[in-house]
Order: sequence, then structure tokens, then C-alpha cells
Amino acid sequence: MELLSTIPWMLIASSVAKTLFLIFLVVLPIVSYTVYAERRVSALIQDRLGPNRTGFPISLFGFKKDLQLFLGGLGQPVADAVKFLLKEEFTPAHVNKFYFWMAPVLAMVPALSTLAVLPFGNYLFGQKMVVADVNVGILYVFAIASIGVYGIVLAGWSSNSKYPFLGGIRASSQMISYELSLGLSAVPVLMIIGNLNLSDAIQYQIENGWLLLPFTDGKLTLREFLLWIPILISFVVFTISMFAETNRLPFDLPESETELVAGYHTEYSAMKFALFFLGEYAAMIAGSSIIVVLFLGGWHVPFLPINTLESSMTPGGIALGFLHITAFFAKVVGILIFFIWVRWTLPRFRFDQLMKLGWLYLFEIALVNIFITAGIIALVK
Amino acid sequence: MAYTVRRPNLTFWEKIYLPNILAGLAITFKHLKKMLKGETHVVMQYPEEKWDAHLPEYYRGAPTLVKDEHGRERCVSCQLCEFICPPRAIKITPGSIPSESKFAKVEKFPEAFDIDMSRCIYCGLCEEVCPEQAIFLRKDYAVTGECRADMVHHKDKLYELGGTMPDLVHKWNPEK
Repeated sequence: MELLSTIPWMLIASSVAKTLFLIFLVVLPIVSYTVYAERRVSALIQDRLGPNRTGFPISLFGFKKDLQLFLGGLGQPVADAVKFLLKEEFTPAHVNKFYFWMAPVLAMVPALSTLAVLPFGNYLFGQKMVVADVNVGILYVFAIASIGVYGIVLAGWSSNSKYPFLGGIRASSQMISYELSLGLSAVPVLMIIGNLNLSDAIQYQIENGWLLLPFTDGKLTLREFLLWIPILISFVVFTISMFAETNRLPFDLPESETELVAGYHTEYSAMKFALFFLGEYAAMIAGSSIIVVLFLGGWHVPFLPINTLESSMTPGGIALGFLHITAFFAKVVGILIFFIWVRWTLPRFRFDQLMKLGWLYLFEIALVNIFITAGIIALVK
Repeated sequence: MAYTVRRPNLTFWEKIYLPNILAGLAITFKHLKKMLKGETHVVMQYPEEKWDAHLPEYYRGAPTLVKDEHGRERCVSCQLCEFICPPRAIKITPGSIPSESKFAKVEKFPEAFDIDMSRCIYCGLCEEVCPEQAIFLRKDYAVTGECRADMVHHKDKLYELGGTMPDLVHKWNPEK
């Protein structure tokens, strides 16, 4: 009885509620509709139409026409999910079964775990809109995101066939190389903010203007203007590294359909393949969220009031709380569209070019950028 | 002999690659914008819109059998098409025309004429080889069925698709 009363039930309940809300009501729908947007935007860029009609095939059962419940192809993610769930779960005989089954989980879980520290809103119903408001925020993100490579490497290795193996090797070298520049390009931001906590990063940007757009607080000081240069550099390096970390084109060498069949998930089918797919897109969402939090002011909307813990129970506060959450995910969706746009613009890098870019350019630029930032912070008050 | 590929001398802005990325993004965005505004028309909404009116004269669709202006089936069951058919899609069962018929001098007609459309490769050799101009590849291309048996076109179906084609061969004309 003593023990039961010491357990913080309220905290557990609110954390579970926030996690369920974040994963099942926000992130997974965004994931499935990102897949739809990917297909649709790619089609439009290539002067095609893409999936624009999805319905229930009731004409199979003798009806005159198929039932079109959704507008155009908006039912496509649902149809995709049904297909993945109903397909045969095939495990080839030559694979290492234990790791083969573990790999998709290891690809999915880290991507969703990184979402835990993201402040996706301010206050709502007396709760801070972050699952775990920890002080090591950004370090936690980098640590968990780097586990994501295990899923891919294990998938490539346990498949026991050549193309997945090559994909796995490429993925591991690529992700390890680009983690360096990813981490180092975030350092100037953290130096300016002076804190690793992601909520504090947003708080800093509310007070001083978004880091990428320092005039959003209505004024532009000399210090902000000078710091703008290293921040722009670090934004570009961070975004490029994020593309490489999430295996997106132009750095999708682990998958590269034209070279490696499908890369590390060649031997996977049905829901196991879907987990890789979802993991990849969830990692994209996590990456975009980090970009939004570090550079684009998180959930903050300029020139609009911000609700507080006290006001978050009143109707106005609740409306503002929802507005902040919407603003955050609108920014994330914007970055996702940019990811898609880039994917259908640029051709794939050659592997040596990828390594050269990572080790000889981005790494050094990120390193020098830290010193530039330090100099500006030290000299200009 | 070794051949040295001349590499272009890139300027600084080309070397850092970012301006070219932006230029590429602008190109793809232009295409996206044109599609969204409905200025690009390259896709046809198939089941609603069809290209049938634009099919060329020489289009090779499903093979069909034709009748002449007297309603006589042109096929005389010589089986040349059956023998030349590369995927062996055609199967003919010959039968003899009874002597009291006004076309008795033709002697033979196909009792059964089956074309397996799941085998047919639309090569048109049957049309080329036919001495009686009885088999033609017409413009039907959407041949579907729910089982293999559905995909076999029997004689009645072939004549239904083919219809009549007058004034081709006159040697069987009953007036002469």
C-alpha cells in the first residue's frame, strides 16, 4: 500500500495519454499520408497524376460501380495498410530467423522513441505537450537515432543474400559518417541557446526570434545578424546530414532500387516490410521535428499570444494550445514536403562521392562553424 | 589504349553544388505548378477517356472472323492459320458443307473455330496467311475474362466481333 501511493499515477496516465495521442493520432497518420504525398507529388513533378482513385471494390460482389468513399486517392493509405496486413508473411528458408524478425522492430522503435523528447506544443489541459521533458533532449535524440542503423544492418546481414548485405554495409558506413556532421552542426545552435533541453530551445527562440529567421521577434540586433551566418551554414549541413541519416535521396544508397534491387529489405514482405517503410518515414518525421525545434521555433507562431500553464484550462487557452500543436506539425509537414521535393529532383550520389562529401566537406565545415560561432558569441555582446 | 576523359572545368559555384540544386528544385517546382494549374495534359483517364478514335488503320487488335455480303462465312477451314500461328492459339475443327447448300462448291467450313486469347500474341500472321481473307485483326484490345475458359473466343464470338466485310473475294459468288 505504501508502494502504491508513491507511484505517480497522474504522471504515468498523462504520459501514456500524450504518447498515444502523439503516435496514433498524429505521427502514424502523418506517416501514411506522407507516403501518399510522396506518390502524388512525385507523380505531379513527373507530369503524371498518381493515385487519384481509391475505393471499395464492391463491383466484385455484383454491384454496378465501386464505392468511392474518399475524395480522389485519399483512401490509398488505408488500402496500402490493408494490403500489407493481408499479405502472406513469408520468411525465406535461408535467413537467420531471429535477427530477421528482430530487424524490422529495431528499424521502427528508435524512430518512434525519438519523438518522446520533442515538445510538440505548449500547454493543453494543464499538461506540458512533451512526453519526457528531459534535460539531455538533443543528446537523447542523437543517441536513439543512431540505434536505427542496427535495424538496417541486421536486416542486411540476416537476409543472407548479396543485395541486402551490400545495402546493410552501405547503410552502416553512411549513417555512422553522417552522424558526425549531424552532431557537430547542431553544436553552434546549442552554444547559442546554452541548453540541451528542447523546450528551452523553443523558449529561447520565442524570446529572441527563430534561429533561422531571427527577425520573428520584431527586431534584429547586430549579434543576431552576425550569428545568422553560422546558423545558416549549420542549417544547411544539418539538413543535408538529416537526408543522409534518414536514407533519403540523394543519399538512398542502402536501398537504391536501380543497383541493389531494394537494398536491405529485399527479402522482406508484408508487415515486416511495412515496418521498415513506416520506420523510414517515422525517422523522417523525427528528423523534420528536430529541424523545426532547433531552427524554426518549434510550435511558436510569431506575433501571436502564448498560453501558460494556468490559462491552458480556459477555452481561449485550449484553442491556443491546439493552435501551437497545429503550428508545430504544419512546420513538420512543410519540411516533409521539402524532403519529397528534393527526392524527385536530385539523382543519387555515387558511394565514393557520398563518403567524400561527408568526411571531407560537411565534417570540416561543421567543425569550423563551431569556432566561428564561438568567436561571434565571445566578441559581440 | 587508355583514353583520358576530359573533365569540364567547374566554376566555384558549380563545385559547391548548392546553386545547381536550387535550379533543379525550381525546374521540378515549375512542373508541379503546371500540373496543379491543369496546364499539362499528358495523362488520359483510361476507362472514362479512350483513345479508340485515334487507333491507326494498321492497328492489330483481337483477331476476328468475317462474313461476306451474302452472309457466307468466308473461312473454308484450310487450317493455314492454325499451322502458322506461332503460339498455337488457333484450333479449327473442319466440317463439310452439305451438297444441297447453295455454297456446296466451297466444300468445307469450320465446325468449330477457337482462338485462345490468353495465348494470342497479336502478330497478324493468321491474317497474312489466309487465302480467303476470312480472318482479320480488328481494333478490340480490351480482352478480359475471369478464367482461362473465358479467354477462348469461340466461333460465334469471333463472327460477332468481325461482322461482314463485302467485296473481297468473288470466286464463291453463287450467281457465277
